[in-house]
Amino acid sequence: MFNLTKAAARPFTRSFATVHDPPVRRYGGLKDQDRIFTNAYCRHDHGLKGALSRGDWHRTKDIILKGDSWIIQTIKDSGLRGRGGAGFPSGLKWSFMNKPGWEKDPRPRYLVVNADEGEPGTCKDREILRGDPHKLVEGCLVAGRSMNASAAYIYIRGEFFQEATHLQQAIDEAYKAGFIGKNACGSGYDFDVYVHRGAGAYICGEETALIESIEGKQGKPRLKPPFPADVGLFGCPTTVANVETVAVAPTICRRGSSWFAGFGRDRNQGTKLFCISGHVNNPCVVEEEMSIPLKDLIEKHCGGVRGGWDNLLGIIPGGSSVPVIPKDVCAEVLMDYDSLKDAQTGLGTGAVIVMDRSTDIVAAIARFAHFYKHESCGQCTPCREGTTWMMKMMDRIAEGRGHLREIDMLLELTKQIEGRTICALGDAAAWPIQGLMRHFRPEVEARINNFRVENGPVLFGGRLLSQVDPTHAIPDNLGSNLKEMDVLH
Amino acid sequence: MLSSACRGISRQLVAAATRRSAVRSFSKSCARSSDAIFVHRDTAYNNPKIAFEFTPDNLTRANEIISHYPSQYKKAAVIPLLDLAQRQNKGWTSISVMNYVAKLLNMPPMRVYEVATFYTMFNREPIGDYFVQVCTTTPCMLRGSTEILNTVCDTLGGIKPGQTTKDGKFTVIEVECQGACSNAPMMVIGDDFYEDLTVETTKKILDAFSKGQRPKIGPQSGRQTSENSAGLTALTSKPYGPGEFCTPEFS
Repeated sequence: MFNLTKAAARPFTRSFATVHDPPVRRYGGLKDQDRIFTNAYCRHDHGLKGALSRGDWHRTKDIILKGDSWIIQTIKDSGLRGRGGAGFPSGLKWSFMNKPGWEKDPRPRYLVVNADEGEPGTCKDREILRGDPHKLVEGCLVAGRSMNASAAYIYIRGEFFQEATHLQQAIDEAYKAGFIGKNACGSGYDFDVYVHRGAGAYICGEETALIESIEGKQGKPRLKPPFPADVGLFGCPTTVANVETVAVAPTICRRGSSWFAGFGRDRNQGTKLFCISGHVNNPCVVEEEMSIPLKDLIEKHCGGVRGGWDNLLGIIPGGSSVPVIPKDVCAEVLMDYDSLKDAQTGLGTGAVIVMDRSTDIVAAIARFAHFYKHESCGQCTPCREGTTWMMKMMDRIAEGRGHLREIDMLLELTKQIEGRTICALGDAAAWPIQGLMRHFRPEVEARINNFRVENGPVLFGGRLLSQVDPTHAIPDNLGSNLKEMDVLH
Repeated sequence: MLSSACRGISRQLVAAATRRSAVRSFSKSCARSSDAIFVHRDTAYNNPKIAFEFTPDNLTRANEIISHYPSQYKKAAVIPLLDLAQRQNKGWTSISVMNYVAKLLNMPPMRVYEVATFYTMFNREPIGDYFVQVCTTTPCMLRGSTEILNTVCDTLGGIKPGQTTKDGKFTVIEVECQGACSNAPMMVIGDDFYEDLTVETTKKILDAFSKGQRPKIGPQSGRQTSENSAGLTALTSKPYGPGEFCTPEFS
């Protein structure tokens, strides 16, 4: 008491040692003991014996017996957001399955796990599927219990043959050990897990397309509403969740929500598997804390950018669907949902594609346009026609065979596709091009101008004026008389 | 008489017009082509008369797959069954395969054709013994997949993507992202991934296959999976065991 008053009476002085500002926390530097996927590199046995020794299926029965609301509350408290790209809070999503009066609904209920990992740059779920398949199977049971599901379907992409084998092995072992199936883990709860192999369609990573695909149809997204939580797989309440989201659930339940929430910034908590590809010295997949600075992630785990940080041109921080960011932004940005959103890009799936100065960035983005053209399901006109159109324009622009005004035309086209389709593939096709033009427009313009200097005027559609027979009349609307063309001549 | 003369003149005009069009071509767009044609044309090797049936082993497997789905939704098994049938039919899905699967699942055959044409992993033309799929999407492209694709095509005697070698051993295609981007560039032969490729290792793998050997699958650079190739930066210590670091309730 005396001390307190004395301290209060003392005039405020600040010595060198006092810290008044809260310490700025650096994120990153996750310890091995806090990593969830301890067999991400397949160094250990992926089977049941190895999984048990790494703490999987440890007192799962007690988690199940805690009941649905306890699991959902734990997930909510942990701040887990969906790891498949959109970043929707998982606890909230799972709670949509338990609407008031759900017990009266006689329909079966399903959990569908999205292991259709097709986003270019993304290879994180693969490591879970082949290294830690039991984490996923256990996750299915825990997540399935929280939404009172009767069965889980794991939709794995057809190309992942080895991964599907490991997963099937894990499921068989879990059935045999009584962890799933009738009276799962001795908790009195019945739960089945099935693997469904896809057959090569990126669009099936979209939740409603995935449901259609399991039902044995073409993977064409459905209009929402009704949302899958009301009418989903086989017309029953369904929740679709990413592999990583489901697989972390049991560990969060066992280690406590506050442990998981202790990583990363507020609203972006947890740990995350990042997959780094492209021009780094040692590309790898690594589990790190959320909100780790992008530069730290690359320097620490990938041996830095090829040729040093100064050789960096740009980074696509979240898989092909998010816009590219240039070097100066890369130096500041943190790897979490909000920071990347502020940088006008996104965390997506955590797939970091690094490009150094040797990259032809226009050709790299043009290749994405090819990808989206190939993968568009063809259901909505803006996407079906727009992806083809964008691909053609990007191919010409990559060569420089175009007009400066076509850059704005292309941007306008992307804006017409974005938000006008049933699913997000249209948006995903549009964003990389928007990102390119936002940050690398001078590069594109220079290319168009250089092409002019070397080859002479270009007509609309890419034909050279020099290729046209001069004895024929050239229509005025082919752009041969535009002022722009004379800039450099 | 008059009318026949008129007809004669008009015929001449048409002939003249055709002759002229041969000199000066009208601009026209080329036919839209996809990876494969979507229509079926009966051929000697692909027509509905060629019988196809599951072997007893595969039939057991098929019934096991069908049992995974609600009984009124048998058709959910169409993709796994087509895959199974394709494996039995030397890697391609003929019209008989599709018809058989339709019969097995009580589906209209058209619904099966729809599925088989939508998904890229169903080959509707015969393929070689070894199906080489080279990924060329951006992450692989950044690491030099164009060179790998050229190497594959040159090593196999100058074929183009989409073609089969003359001896019927290899078919090469260019595919979109296969989900092994940290191990780029990569190719898939059959079901197996060959990762971290260089021109030399690509040649070595193809040579081994042409000799009938099975080279080591996975990364060719010496690393085991997708860890940092210069030494582990994560998961260096022994994994923690059951109950470690858990809340008191679960320890």
